[in-house]
Amino acid sequence: MPLIHMPSDTHPIIRVDNLNVGFSMRQGVVDVLHGISFDLHRGKTTCIVGESGSGKSVTARTILNMVPRPGIINGGRIMFDPDGTGPVCLTEMDPRGKEIRAIRGGRIAMIFQEPMSSLSPVHTIGNQIVEAIRLHRDVDKKEARRMAAEALAQVEIPNPEKALDKYAFEYSGGMRQRAMIAMALSCHPDVLIADEPTTALDVTTQAEILDLMKNLQTDLGMAIMFITHDMGVVAEIADEVVVMEQGHVVEKGGIDQIFSAPQHPYTQKLLTAVKTLDEPAPGKVRPAADARDILTVKGLELRFEKKEGFFQRVTEVTKAVDGVSFTLRQGEALGIVGESGSGKTTVGRCIARVYDPNAGTIDYSGQNLVTAGAAELRDTRKQIRMIFQDPFASLNPRMTVKQLIAEPLIVNGIARGKDLEDRVAKLLTEVGLDPGMMERYPHAFSGGQRQRIVVARAIALEPKLVIADEPTSALDVSIRTQVLDLLLRLQAEMGLSFIFISHDMAVIRYFCDRVAVMFKGRIVEIGETEQIITDPQHPYTKALLSSVPIADPSLRGTRQRHRYIPEQA
Amino acid sequence: MIWRFILKRIIWMVPFMFAVSLVAFLLIQAPPGDYLTTYIAKLGESNEVMDQASVDNLRARFGLDKPLYVQYFKWVSNLLVGDFGMSFEWRQPVSELVWQRMGLTMMLSFSTLLFTWAVAFPIGVYSAVRKYSIGDYIATTIGFIGLATPNFLLALVLMYIGVVHFGSDVGGLFSSEYKNAPWSWPKVWNLIQHLWLPVVVLGTSATASLIRIMRANLLDELNRPYVDTARAKGLSEFWLIMKYPVRVALNPFVSTIGWVLPNLVSGAVVTAIVLSLPTAGPLMLQALLSQDMYLAGAFVLLLSSLTVIGMLISDILLVLLDPRVRYE
Repeated sequence: MPLIHMPSDTHPIIRVDNLNVGFSMRQGVVDVLHGISFDLHRGKTTCIVGESGSGKSVTARTILNMVPRPGIINGGRIMFDPDGTGPVCLTEMDPRGKEIRAIRGGRIAMIFQEPMSSLSPVHTIGNQIVEAIRLHRDVDKKEARRMAAEALAQVEIPNPEKALDKYAFEYSGGMRQRAMIAMALSCHPDVLIADEPTTALDVTTQAEILDLMKNLQTDLGMAIMFITHDMGVVAEIADEVVVMEQGHVVEKGGIDQIFSAPQHPYTQKLLTAVKTLDEPAPGKVRPAADARDILTVKGLELRFEKKEGFFQRVTEVTKAVDGVSFTLRQGEALGIVGESGSGKTTVGRCIARVYDPNAGTIDYSGQNLVTAGAAELRDTRKQIRMIFQDPFASLNPRMTVKQLIAEPLIVNGIARGKDLEDRVAKLLTEVGLDPGMMERYPHAFSGGQRQRIVVARAIALEPKLVIADEPTSALDVSIRTQVLDLLLRLQAEMGLSFIFISHDMAVIRYFCDRVAVMFKGRIVEIGETEQIITDPQHPYTKALLSSVPIADPSLRGTRQRHRYIPEQA
Repeated sequence: MIWRFILKRIIWMVPFMFAVSLVAFLLIQAPPGDYLTTYIAKLGESNEVMDQASVDNLRARFGLDKPLYVQYFKWVSNLLVGDFGMSFEWRQPVSELVWQRMGLTMMLSFSTLLFTWAVAFPIGVYSAVRKYSIGDYIATTIGFIGLATPNFLLALVLMYIGVVHFGSDVGGLFSSEYKNAPWSWPKVWNLIQHLWLPVVVLGTSATASLIRIMRANLLDELNRPYVDTARAKGLSEFWLIMKYPVRVALNPFVSTIGWVLPNLVSGAVVTAIVLSLPTAGPLMLQALLSQDMYLAGAFVLLLSSLTVIGMLISDILLVLLDPRVRYE
């Protein structure tokens, strides 16, 4: 067992001192980190907060002296002092040398954002953990395997002996991240660097992983550097907070000070962005009391069948959507919330008839979309449009913005020539972009701007119903509200109805009139958003709400988290 | 699990080979006329004339007067008991002609495959890891030249250099004194001395394309998060690259076995003629030209089986190499 120093040690275990990292480009070295300084202490969790491009991940990798190419350290240093016996300088070491390699994984371990791609797809979990152990401990294979099983048991993976021989793709997302943590902690490091370890996970899984990390920290007494963009997570786990913006540390301090008295405008902006999402949007226009039903879904079912063997027998049926019914009124926004695999996206795609449902009816203004043929669908597809999650993937990189937005107009023969250009310009103005930019390609735009382009394309045909599938999940918090406000304005102006699919309760609360909670292909609860959030009835809804991190450190530990385990029918 | 997979694949080969035999037979029958029309035309060139009666007689003896499906059925049923029929032109059983040539062909192909991998693998890995270095540029340039140069030209150039500058005896797989001698150690040594030239000639373009494939695959893998994970564990740069990204990038490498095998046999015809190699290629070309249908059919069938077997081998290797394939 390593010596456990108490948090009362005053010397920092890691001191980042005026660190500069540059990327050598054709036009010279461009700095991405500008003289940043902060300390990590044993037994404490330091959160590095910032939005994409702020330099958080580069900082983390520089501590291990693995600056991603073409980056170079061009100033400052990082001192590492695990035992109080005098610090060693990490940045002066040869990045491929023995010295730094003994520290990597042995004394400073790291876990990454995407647990699927961070584990080798072709090696067993056991193989990878045993490797990590044998790199730093002089033990034979058998002993290393026993230690690996112990590490898996420590992160609460059931049946660790058997789990060792499994591959990453046989694990669920949460399990993979647990395995990652087990691997990182297998050599009892002094420092754990976690780079957005829960961002790719569901809220309930996130809550479990955060609890796990907290417990392990108490047991092993290590320092944790936790990188995140989520102020809610920060409020849950941080002792110290370092706020980064575009390669600068703009503010650092204790958790309470940062949340109660933020000094820097950027910190204030981050906090306001989170807090505004804690309540319904101020400018929300509710649907008229006498609004008619625009969409009625009854008993919708969709099964995915897995076929196998010579005769293509059906060996497995997944009920992705299992009897879903709801109605949507004109001008209303209905949220569908649930975890990955709950079927929320599938419902949206059934309504857009990307998928063909197996049973049920979708009544859209008197027309049944389930039985509608291709010709009838062509007409309704003008009125029902979709917005997707990833604005980077849903825009063809080889088309200009003008071509992208004009496409639905041309395909449906609505406009051409000068008229087309005017319409595109008007749509761009509508979503808050400069029409002068219409000849540019998508890569010239930021994530938020791209999502605006996607919105402009969706409203080009003046639809009546928009199905938005996680439209803000890929965006930074401060941009999230902007895009949501844009959608709200369009809803008010055009009388749009929305089906808004999200895993994020805060976003749903901000945007939606009503919400349906989905679990395993069924709607377990549906009702007015405020009603459901303040007074959930179904145990699953309660579990889901209890997992959402609250951006208020003073409320930490006041809630009892629980997990929903469905009864077997 | 894996045995079931192999068994399933082998069972699938049976109907597949039947289909191949049918296509092979139809292909050989596709040009107008048959062996006898070619034969008569040849005789006509030397002013010999055959009377109609003996033509009909020959036609009946070879079974060429029967309808196509009867001929096919007879051929296939004989194949099942290992009888490939008689070669019209050589007046010898096809199997004797074929096996004699196939042995050397297989050996040459196998040596070429080994050469290709042994050269392409390290260079490909080097090119990817040291992207845009001098070494990468040199490998890339040589690779493109290797891809673009026709094999026969390379063969001629190497032969010229061999004869003029080293005075060595090139061409063929044996020196004349060993050609018809029984197998002995000196004969094996003689074979090895002759083998390098066709191996280099035949392997160059495949090596070049494999280098490019390996480089492209590895470049994709080198930036994956799991490489970062391995680095963060403290693994040395060499081992982490060998164990993780190279292992994943190996899949397409293994897939090439399937097409390399038949390619070496059939694609090497021109080279084999230039180098006068006693391999299957030139014989097959001759058989196709003279419409020697049983001989040609046997070759087409063997090439197809080689393809199928090559695919089977590469599939089995893939399954061993990549657990994701196993579970699908």
